[in-house]
Amino acid sequence: MSERVGVYICHCGTNIAKTVDVEEVATWAGEQPNVVCSREYKFMCSSLGQDLIEEDIKEQGLTRVVVASCSPHMHEKTFRTACERGGLNPFLFEMANIREHDSWTTDDREAATQKAKALTNAAIERVVHHNPLEPLPVEINPNTLVVGGGIGGISAALELADAGHHVYLVEREPSIGGHMAQLDKTFPTLDCSACILTPKMVDVGQHPNITLLTWSEVEKLDGFLGNFTATIRKKARYVDEEHCTGCGICIEKCPFKVVDNVFEAGLGTRKVIYRPFPQAVPKYPVIDVENCVYFQRGKCKACQIFCPTEPNSIDFEQQDEMIQIEVGNIILATGYDLFDVSRIPQYGYGRLANVFTSIEFERMVNASGPTDGKIVMRDMESTPKNVAIVHCVGSRDENYHKYCSKVCCMYSLKFAHLIHERIPEAEVYNCYIDMRTPGKGYEEFYHRLLEEGTHFIRGKVADVSDVARTETEEGKLIVQVEDTLIGKQRRIPVDMVILSPAMEAKPDSKEVSQLFKMGCDFDGFFVERHPKLDPVATMTEGIFIAGACQGPKDVPDTVAQGAAAAARVAGLINRGTVMMEPVRASINQEACSGCRICNTMCPYNAIIFHEDRKVSEVLTALCQGCGTCVAACPSGVITGAHFTNDQVLSQIEGILWDVRVEQELVPGD
Amino acid sequence: MSKHFEPVIVGFLCNWCSYRAADLAGTARIHYAPNMRPIRVMCSGRVDPQFVLKALKDGADGVMIAGCHPGECHYVEGNIKALRRFLLLKRMLTQLGVEEERVQLVWASASEGIILAEAVDRMTEEVRDLGPLNWQENVLGRGNGHVVSIQVETELESEEV
Repeated sequence: MSERVGVYICHCGTNIAKTVDVEEVATWAGEQPNVVCSREYKFMCSSLGQDLIEEDIKEQGLTRVVVASCSPHMHEKTFRTACERGGLNPFLFEMANIREHDSWTTDDREAATQKAKALTNAAIERVVHHNPLEPLPVEINPNTLVVGGGIGGISAALELADAGHHVYLVEREPSIGGHMAQLDKTFPTLDCSACILTPKMVDVGQHPNITLLTWSEVEKLDGFLGNFTATIRKKARYVDEEHCTGCGICIEKCPFKVVDNVFEAGLGTRKVIYRPFPQAVPKYPVIDVENCVYFQRGKCKACQIFCPTEPNSIDFEQQDEMIQIEVGNIILATGYDLFDVSRIPQYGYGRLANVFTSIEFERMVNASGPTDGKIVMRDMESTPKNVAIVHCVGSRDENYHKYCSKVCCMYSLKFAHLIHERIPEAEVYNCYIDMRTPGKGYEEFYHRLLEEGTHFIRGKVADVSDVARTETEEGKLIVQVEDTLIGKQRRIPVDMVILSPAMEAKPDSKEVSQLFKMGCDFDGFFVERHPKLDPVATMTEGIFIAGACQGPKDVPDTVAQGAAAAARVAGLINRGTVMMEPVRASINQEACSGCRICNTMCPYNAIIFHEDRKVSEVLTALCQGCGTCVAACPSGVITGAHFTNDQVLSQIEGILWDVRVEQELVPGD
Repeated sequence: MSKHFEPVIVGFLCNWCSYRAADLAGTARIHYAPNMRPIRVMCSGRVDPQFVLKALKDGADGVMIAGCHPGECHYVEGNIKALRRFLLLKRMLTQLGVEEERVQLVWASASEGIILAEAVDRMTEEVRDLGPLNWQENVLGRGNGHVVSIQVETELESEEV
């Protein structure tokens, strides 16, 4: 078997050429068996570099191509396409990564050149064993599943629905709206949050292309790009959605109130049968079984007695429902949680009554919140005269989260503004580490606050206590902070402290990432395909992410990501059929011994056993190409396309070119 | 050969986590030992024990298998399969007199370039301390379980060369 291999070594400007002697590698490669042409070039990925490959295939009759340059994750596709243009099957190409894995990792020119030769040679030896492959066409189901009904999920769902595609929007809570529905104003424009959000929520609720599944969770996901099957648990509301008109009489008549720890952040109460907030979408209430007297003690039924619909909409017998849907793509917009501030005991939350969290304050200043927008202390009546706002609670902190939560500076400024507006005589202290206001109109908002007379103290708050040292500190909360701009420790007596906690990943983000078979990082945020160039796709085809589940983000960024993810999905739907990498396993039916070892290896249940013929077979459409079965087959009759034993073994031989010599002196045992 | 011994380590890196970790280490310009030569496999579960044996037989002084952290495998649990095979293979290799440090399993997620780089540095040091593997002589030749004495001989021989 004699192949005609062309080898191309890229300088990548000086990225590679600085540490690897590219001329040396190219000359050396030209002397290897099967290699008929070997070149080095400044930028192989440029159109001129690609032309070089194309021309050589045509003129020199190359049957295999090797490019030694960057990571295949960067340009494998580029060069495969170049091969295809030259008339060569794109899978007769192999890439050697001499940049990320070599030139960028050392200054030792000799070692780097040696490694570059090894990697190039491995590719040369491997490519000879490559087989032409044809990509597998996959049809895209035009329906999309959006998980999470916050502003990110809402944007994504509306974009797709408006484009004429059907969307299933799944939300865990009884209503869509997410965190944004809890907010009062949005920075820096001070738009009323509900005023801009609720129309979008109504659009979702009424859109003919959106199937809204609230109080529901995805439990299982099968399939692959274009053909996912999701199993969704629709939790029992104990309210019949078909007949309920959402009149709210049941809520009114329910005799029991409980503290609302979710929407009102513990500041307010709600009934046991409830809607999280008046503008909830959908409008149907839900019964909180744990607190319902009927469910606990078998008496009451007030909601059912007073329900005016015919037939009665309250259904105590309702069960969780399992729904299966078929979709082509999935967008995850599962959002974030706030850092639990009681984890920092020195800030006194939970111990000192007048230490609040940002979300508590947010509900308090909200006109429809528990205090009708009045800023009051924990006794719910006295007005604070001095307020300290503590930035970076749990963010930018080695002990909790190293990252910056991005939004806290801005909403802390917003809080300061709202306090000035509602209590003009109040003094407001913002204690910050650094003021971070990157965004349109954000820095201007900061300047506005400087003019409004907010006291800005650059320093991380050490602790908050109620132990007075002087008379002025009596009965106050004392914020101990080093003002780093004047180099002095300060004790600031205030009536109220607001903590601005970090945004963190949902506590179950790891399980969610496993359910959807994509990655999440150490902090629990979902990992995008590329941090700069592909921020909404994930490593798993057909699964996209949007919003704060990917990292801390404010509303405009979340909306933009939701729309971006929708655009990516719409692109796939419009193509109808996409080509998938043909990296798949197949079993030689003639040689299979029917031992069934591979059957249990496959994580996708893609291998079936034919009882009649006593052989196993891989269902190509389900196979994802991991190769676990290939390695497990005791008869060696499973072939992993593009990662065959021949290919990998010859790659091993090639990569050890300089140390293998000795072995040949000692002929085989 | 120079007097100074530089081990050659073949690395089998999974496409989704470890290969990208190595990409990231490069992009972040983290410098580490150039001794590990990576081979990309789709999943650490694809690493057939014969790949490891082939690498050792063909002159590698060590083999690193790197995959996603348990529970983070792109293919659900291929890395767990890799772990099982690794433990069995290691038991066999130890019986053949191949030191444990020569075959290592590493978990590195796509965001952990530094962890992969540190693992390569650490393993390179360990294998450098062990000296060349010299499979033909040590394992196939006059093994008989007396690895230590054979190693001394090998060192003497290589000095003569």
